[in-house]
Amino acid sequence: MTAETTQGGRGMVFEGTVHAYGRDVDTDVIIPARHLNTNDPAELASHCMQDIDEEFVRRVQPGDIMVALENFGCGSSREHAPVAIKHAGVSVVVAASFARIFYRNAINTGLPIVVCPQAAAEARTGDRLRVDLTAGTVENLTRGTTYGVEAFPPFMQELIDRGGLLPYVKSRLAAEAAS
Amino acid sequence: MGSTITEKILARAAGRDVVQAGEIIEAQVDLALANDITAPLAIAEFEKAGFTKVFDPARIALVPDHFTPNKDIKAAGQSKKVREFARRHGIVNYFEVGRVGIEHVLLPDLGLVAPGDVVIGADSHTCTYGGVAAFSTGMGSTDFAAAMAWGHVWLHVPQSIKFVYSGRLQPWVTGKDLILHTIGLIGVDGALYQAMEFTGDAVEGLSMDERFTMCNMAIEAGGKSGIVGFDEKTARYLSARPEGSRARLDGQVFKSDPDAEYARVIEIDAAAVPPTVSKPHLPSNTAAAADLADIKIDQVVIGSCTNGRLADLRQAASILRGKKVHPDVRVIILPGTQQVCLDAAADGTMQALIEAGCAFSTPTCGPCLGGHMGILAEGERAVSTTNRNFVGRMGHTGSEVYLASPYVAAASALAGHIATPEMIGAGGRS
Repeated sequence: MTAETTQGGRGMVFEGTVHAYGRDVDTDVIIPARHLNTNDPAELASHCMQDIDEEFVRRVQPGDIMVALENFGCGSSREHAPVAIKHAGVSVVVAASFARIFYRNAINTGLPIVVCPQAAAEARTGDRLRVDLTAGTVENLTRGTTYGVEAFPPFMQELIDRGGLLPYVKSRLAAEAAS
Repeated sequence: MGSTITEKILARAAGRDVVQAGEIIEAQVDLALANDITAPLAIAEFEKAGFTKVFDPARIALVPDHFTPNKDIKAAGQSKKVREFARRHGIVNYFEVGRVGIEHVLLPDLGLVAPGDVVIGADSHTCTYGGVAAFSTGMGSTDFAAAMAWGHVWLHVPQSIKFVYSGRLQPWVTGKDLILHTIGLIGVDGALYQAMEFTGDAVEGLSMDERFTMCNMAIEAGGKSGIVGFDEKTARYLSARPEGSRARLDGQVFKSDPDAEYARVIEIDAAAVPPTVSKPHLPSNTAAAADLADIKIDQVVIGSCTNGRLADLRQAASILRGKKVHPDVRVIILPGTQQVCLDAAADGTMQALIEAGCAFSTPTCGPCLGGHMGILAEGERAVSTTNRNFVGRMGHTGSEVYLASPYVAAASALAGHIATPEMIGAGGRS
């Protein structure tokens, strides 16, 4: 993964317009299964959020920020979901909480995610948000508020710093082969 | 301080004496699986990362079950990628149409999972294998790709919730009703990141097929895994697996210690659970089936990884035998495997269902996820024994899915609206 796709890498700041959703946004609405006969990122992105927000793909601008309440990404394990969100142009997802598989998939596919219940509850579609992964803050520029975010556990931060799971596994296997 | 069954399995897989909830461990993988939707993405990532070898071709299962028999040209292309990868790497457990089944019914039935195993799968319903006292959990394609190369997986050791179901079940109440009721109780993120341990005399009384159903839906409460402890029924099921299979030869039985630590203990009066339905659009939106008689329906789906086992089809047939499906309703049967088809043919279940007016499908996930073989139009409603009723899950975003047991689904198929067997005058539970 390149620095651009590495989440939580040092010095990562995202500023963008909010697309806000409620709780329990499932991966079936993030990318409906009828479009899972491909793993082409651009094609997946063209159907992102289609079943709950048909206008999303027309409205979203590169760098925009997706915000949701609890349990974002629940349901199916389809990694196509974070891929679709990322390739639709979303820079970072801020949520009150993430479903477990989506959380792993986001880290593995390089979609930055941030857990921040206060910012998620407050932000509305159209707000401007500034997410600073190094400082660990979410700033709502429209409302003039700033909140701290939960840090990743050290192991996950290591995965992120090494460029993701597969580069991590590759270096592990290379080290084992050498020893 | 004692350990839960989940902690003990994960300690074994991590080569440790003890692990505790909250720790991150590297666990050895006994079986890693993926399907025709998740495997192509995993194969692309595996190859992009430069891996050339899988850790063990016998411990990987590739199960093209979602859009097969290939529903369209693109799906055919995805299946082809899986087939070619399987051939290239000598994947032992690759299943072609004609032999394939729905992954979470097929793999345990073939004896590929033993108690105490760690199973990971690029499919959220991988939590099903807790039915044989194994730890199993769903992940994404990249995690599966990593496991194919590495034979290990990183895991956050989950806290467990202990569910204690006590009392004698009412007539027509099944494991499906218990799990829908439970999800209704705790919500779709009520067990987020946690292991759901199902215990109590009511669970001990369930058939293996119904235990698989309960574990299968742990994910719908946000759970990482679902598990039922090993007992005589587990032993009987395992001893009936194919000779020489892992289920017959391997495995290690673990039990939760009496002083194990749980995040919560939830006592459920199983005798008070009615035939239960989850209304649109969340599995937690539960109601008693008897209270939903005004909901007219267009389609009934019976089967899937949740309820596509022989016992499920027999339950449906016990209601439908000698009767006719309501003229306004179409019924689709999704058997879990070819063996389920054969068994259903041998004991008359298939004939009863077909004579009642049901369409008998080949094993496929099909309409459960809105893939093919029974998509709903705008405004249509289905009663389904599947696992999710999200917006658009079975077709148009303006369609609706009501989740239920095979008994309630079959009774509804006869009535043309949501109904319990009791409401249509069925005799005692067969």
